[in-house]
Amino acid sequence: MSVLVYIEAQNGKLRKASHELAYYAVKSAAILGLDCCGVVVGDCADIQDLGQYGLTQVEQLAPNANGDNMTIAAAVAGVAQAKSASLVIFGHNSIGKSLLPSVAVKLSAGTLSGVNSLPSTDNGFTISKTVFSGKAIATYEMHTPVKVISLMGNSVKPESSEVENVTINNSDIQIADGTIKVIETRREDGTVPLPEAELVVSAGRGMKAPDNWPIIDELAEVLGATTACSRPVADIGWRPHHEHVGQTGVAIRPNLYIAIGISGAIQHLAGVNSSKTIVVINKDPEAPFFKAADYGVCADLFDVVPKLTAALRKFKEN
Amino acid sequence: MKILVCISKTPETTAKITFTDGDTKFNEDGVQYILNPYDEWYALVRALELVEANGGEVVLGHVGPAANDSIIRKGLAVGAHRAVRIDADPLSAEMVAKQIASHAATENYDLILCGKETIDYNGAIIGGLIAAELTLPYVSFVSHLEVSGSEFTLTRDIEGGVEVSKVNGPIVISASKGLAEQRIPKMKDIMMSKRKPIDVIEAVSTDPTTTIIKYSLPQGKQGVKMLGPDDMDELVRLLNEEAKVL
Repeated sequence: MSVLVYIEAQNGKLRKASHELAYYAVKSAAILGLDCCGVVVGDCADIQDLGQYGLTQVEQLAPNANGDNMTIAAAVAGVAQAKSASLVIFGHNSIGKSLLPSVAVKLSAGTLSGVNSLPSTDNGFTISKTVFSGKAIATYEMHTPVKVISLMGNSVKPESSEVENVTINNSDIQIADGTIKVIETRREDGTVPLPEAELVVSAGRGMKAPDNWPIIDELAEVLGATTACSRPVADIGWRPHHEHVGQTGVAIRPNLYIAIGISGAIQHLAGVNSSKTIVVINKDPEAPFFKAADYGVCADLFDVVPKLTAALRKFKEN
Repeated sequence: MKILVCISKTPETTAKITFTDGDTKFNEDGVQYILNPYDEWYALVRALELVEANGGEVVLGHVGPAANDSIIRKGLAVGAHRAVRIDADPLSAEMVAKQIASHAATENYDLILCGKETIDYNGAIIGGLIAAELTLPYVSFVSHLEVSGSEFTLTRDIEGGVEVSKVNGPIVISASKGLAEQRIPKMKDIMMSKRKPIDVIEAVSTDPTTTIIKYSLPQGKQGVKMLGPDDMDELVRLLNEEAKVL
């Protein structure tokens, strides 16, 4: 039996999430006393980087331009069966969430999506995840012999150990032609996607108008952060929907979340309160967000944000 | 078009989350329930728009006990034509998907829609499980959907962008924000909804897959440290040295 982890590659390189996934899978395999194996679609130039987490074998599937998420899932399920995998791990993102269900059904597996802890075998197979959009944590027992899970981004911090060599095996399992034809992919270049971002700068209605966003963009750029927003500003079209974090938007858990001109309604807090450190900048001392913050600045954001950007720039230069 | 919209019951978004029975059960005392927003605002409304444009019917599918009929009526008030309730407590994603798939296999739905996730257990995989059970194509997190004959053109949200795809139906999709605009039912619609049929069907038997054994609340913050607008160098120092996040 083994642990199989789906390694995400994009444009021939590892996606950031793959580091955490490889580390998590190796740790899980150690807890379960099993071997660990990765599976990746297509060539991945920096796959040897995963050796630093102790991942030593990766099955490589040949890409098929006519494949789709269903046929990729079928091939991954085939690899899982060939490896007698009892635990299959995906990232809890748009890739993992579209593959996981199909793999699980093919393997007659139990599922748990969005886990945030390593499994424990002290009392059956138990594992936890956040529920109620971050308002609580639930520990689940999984009863099925085969389990398929997805890992919420930024749940464990990958630590390097001794660097091992990763053996790549070209799998003889084929990705069949699919029925879903992707005709276009549009991505904003250069930014880390929100669910994977460790640093996030987010702004809300306190910004007063969409034209005022350059100060947010500048702060994010100096910090190397991804931008986000609250629901009202996405709803009125000031910012794109994919930036909306909160209960009905994206749930995130970055190391640093800077909330600017966001009051902190319970629905917004639900999506961001797993952030390690929260900074709130708001001129309203009654803003509920201050209660959920580590650091607060109660002042006009148009005064504070440029000063914070300047201070960060000075810090980065030193 | 015949469309199945899968709906779930969730606590309302401002509900206070507490637990009972030694933190093993969600405390339902005083909790108001709503139709899961992704199911109601986006999946259901887009289904109604498609049927308004092309003819057909919108059927609600729900797994739950009779007490949930009041939630199903909300979906009927928004405009669905009828509902099917599979009479069982929803125990896990696998169990719910098997129930819905077992019903859908006996009907010729052109499209099965779910919300992208429920706002209580945030699984985001029911749609995919239903599709896999029925061996239908599955497209998740759809924020734009057009139909021409049996061909669907879908825009799907991915990290930092979108992916546009085409696929022939029948298909299963999960709806994300942007797919439609929320509709508020009028009093007349609410009255009408009481006369719309809810068919109750028996659940198929399934083996248990997962059980929640314990709940806990996230660790609260230690209290906020306030700084003045001119202390930004100090804030940066704290973020670096104390919080260690820079």
